[in-house]
Amino acid sequence: MHQYRRTLLKAMSAAMPLAIAAGAGLFRSTSALAAAWNKSGFDAKAAADALKSLGVANAQPSKDIVLTAPDIAENGAQVPVTITSRIPNTQSISIIVDKNPFPLNSSYDFANGAESYVSTKLKMGQTSNVIAVVKADGKFFTATREIKVTIGGCGG
Amino acid sequence: MAEPMKIRAKMEGDAADVKVLMSHPMETGQRKNEKGELVPVHFIQSVIATHNGKTVLDVQWSQAIARNPFLGFRVKGAKAGDKITVTWTDTTGDKGSIDTVVAAA
Repeated sequence: MHQYRRTLLKAMSAAMPLAIAAGAGLFRSTSALAAAWNKSGFDAKAAADALKSLGVANAQPSKDIVLTAPDIAENGAQVPVTITSRIPNTQSISIIVDKNPFPLNSSYDFANGAESYVSTKLKMGQTSNVIAVVKADGKFFTATREIKVTIGGCGG
Repeated sequence: MAEPMKIRAKMEGDAADVKVLMSHPMETGQRKNEKGELVPVHFIQSVIATHNGKTVLDVQWSQAIARNPFLGFRVKGAKAGDKITVTWTDTTGDKGSIDTVVAAA
């Protein structure tokens, strides 16, 4: 009787996180469960808080991060950015746009042979520093570039 | 959402270079429509890319990614004929997915 109850509770508690994740739309039909969306990071209004949410401590500037972006963005709604990390064992790249209302822009986790490289287009509200944050072997590295924006792209 | 997703994967050196274009409004929640009403937040939060079924890229996006978002990534050790899948999930729980086969260089 008690053994049955314990088994049932154990099975239910194992299933609960999956049930919650499925309900939240986080569960995907691919083989891996994705990382949970970093809500506190994406809601942070200060770059320092966004960095904290990523677990960043003692970030070192690194010349082995190549951040390619225009010096002047014609259209703040579509700013092309490409980041390559040449730091060995890069686990992830995150992008911070300092002066955006919510500085944490996006995060990219690499696995199973993906190169530490990403290319995308950002929205920038105004001229700002764009910071690439690389996590490699549990340590953090950054590269920063200022992008001038003439027409802001945050929708106002 | 007008156009369907587009994807292209091609060998470049020892890596498959993948470019994906997704069709999505990526609303920030700051924009006003013609009636002057705020259009609610509605954006792709998560993108997963797989190579022959294994997850290679796990992406978290915010509303500050451009409308009709573009994503480029590379998979080392991939070969022509390998399968690449890209799946997105947005703030409403909606999903989009596309797959392709890696083309030779």
